[in-house]
Amino acid sequence: MKTNHKPNFRKMVEPDRVRKEVYTDEEIFRHEMERIHETVWIYCGHESQVKNAGDYVTVQIGRQPMIMVRGKDRKINVLYNRCPHRGNMICGDMKGNTGDQFRCSYHAWTFHHDGRLKNIPMMESGYKGTRLTKDSPELCMKRAARVEAYRGFVFASLAKDGPTLKEFLGEAIVAFDDMCDRAPEGEVEIVPNCFRVIQHSNWKLFMENQIDALHPSVTHQSTGRAAHEVEKQLAKKAKSGEAPLSYHMLSAFATVTIDKWDNFQTINYPYGHCILTGYMGLRPQDPDTLAYDKVMIKAYGRKRFEEIVGVNIHHVLVYPGLSVQSPLQQLRAVRPLGVDRTLTEIWHFRLKGAPEAIYRRSLAYYNLVNSPATLINADDLENFWKCHTGLSSDGGDWVSFARHHGRDIENKGVVSSAPNMGTSEAPMRNQMKAWAKYMSGAAQEGSR
Amino acid sequence: MSDLQLQHDIEQFLYRQAELLDTKQWQAWTELFTADGIYWMPPDASYKTWDGQPAIFAEDRNLMAVRMGRVLHPDAWSQRPLWGTNHVVSNVVIRKAAKNGDVEVTSRFHMMELRRDDVRHFAGQYTHHLVKAKKGYAIRLQRVDMTNAQAAYDYVLQVWV
Repeated sequence: MKTNHKPNFRKMVEPDRVRKEVYTDEEIFRHEMERIHETVWIYCGHESQVKNAGDYVTVQIGRQPMIMVRGKDRKINVLYNRCPHRGNMICGDMKGNTGDQFRCSYHAWTFHHDGRLKNIPMMESGYKGTRLTKDSPELCMKRAARVEAYRGFVFASLAKDGPTLKEFLGEAIVAFDDMCDRAPEGEVEIVPNCFRVIQHSNWKLFMENQIDALHPSVTHQSTGRAAHEVEKQLAKKAKSGEAPLSYHMLSAFATVTIDKWDNFQTINYPYGHCILTGYMGLRPQDPDTLAYDKVMIKAYGRKRFEEIVGVNIHHVLVYPGLSVQSPLQQLRAVRPLGVDRTLTEIWHFRLKGAPEAIYRRSLAYYNLVNSPATLINADDLENFWKCHTGLSSDGGDWVSFARHHGRDIENKGVVSSAPNMGTSEAPMRNQMKAWAKYMSGAAQEGSR
Repeated sequence: MSDLQLQHDIEQFLYRQAELLDTKQWQAWTELFTADGIYWMPPDASYKTWDGQPAIFAEDRNLMAVRMGRVLHPDAWSQRPLWGTNHVVSNVVIRKAAKNGDVEVTSRFHMMELRRDDVRHFAGQYTHHLVKAKKGYAIRLQRVDMTNAQAAYDYVLQVWV
């Protein structure tokens, strides 16, 4: 439902600060769902999740329950998970194979994989002379207005007008190129396990935290230190003099201190996307990496290989709900559940054609950092809850994003943090600038 | 040893394991494991091995040392609020008792956790591969199949279940 009255969103966002209500107000949240999540391109899933005809997964876009399904024609459809008869959800499970058709559990209406009505029991006698005939569009499962995929990653937009997926992604498309190019076969395959974690805060806190280079050495100090202690002991004992890379993944949270994070850089784009450059030492010279390099050089030639592994990316954020760590093949999709509750769905991928040892690297990160027993996010989640509680109070009206404000480098709408200012709050300023644009309807004119 | 004596000894060992967790005696708990012991919580009961697959936990003694070090660090922010757990272990069934004294045993657990004012419940099956030690037993593998494994986690698991 479109609401007529709306708050003045532009007044809530100043260049270096944002009103607290943006994170806590339920009416603003409803507008966000309508103007942002249910309008722009939202990540649904990876093609390898629905390999066979009839394979489906359910996914939430904004407040809308959707189904991503593979048709007999191999095409992927995204449909509202709703029977046009009485509104019953068609799929109650999170994934499965629906066979040749969807069949509603309430009155046995059946539908093709693209949502077209297949049959209603006793259609002729039941609907003769009514407003409904077999070809009435309102007897079909409603389709997402637009569906597009890029290198296997499927997105849907619930607005019929707006930029194409490629236009929307812009430079952030590198998230998918970087991930797939690192595979000798140029493709990735999803590992069929999703870790799902709920945070007690607004979704924007997650998006800000992902590229907040200032927080790791503070928030994750305890884990970084503890891992570093064990890492040192293991290195002493090891023949190679080095501990397994997985310990470095954890210790880096403490050993990369704030001043070192300043060497990173953020590049920020008009739709709110952000690239955090920097590499956390993931191009080591151990035997596993060298074996992988060999396979890659054989697949791509040395010149192209150097280009691929030289891509300097730590994280790519696709606003408003996707965080991709392409060098480690991790992906987190953000699903807002309410103004103060947010679900993240966490996946990782296999590089097709890469040696097993390289997959294990991605797996180690997935298990240690991204599992529901994570040694890292436990403290982020604690912060999110504390932020939400503090922001809900009358102790202040603003959230500050002033760090290195005025020192960013802007070129044709693209904002980069200045050299040695990687901890600049430029990404948050840019996200909120994009937010204000979306909310006032200026970013993307479109209707469902 | 009689079956009853063995059953009794194994049960006492499992209770002790749970008690060490509930009383936050992390060091003593990790010392229950053999040098190559593994604590494993698969995301799905169909998994056959911890190695090379997604895992909620798949920790050897070294990773256990990291988790313990983190939890005890003064800046482990998420450890500040009051929290505690209570395990109940039951349905202890000895699946295999080898001649050398090693035992495979399954049991069911229920754990209630309090964190600030929030209560969570976790339940499932333990599978223990126990090795006969000089004094009692040591854990070669503790497999934890949680009924909630695939459910969305409201917050996360900070220590072993």
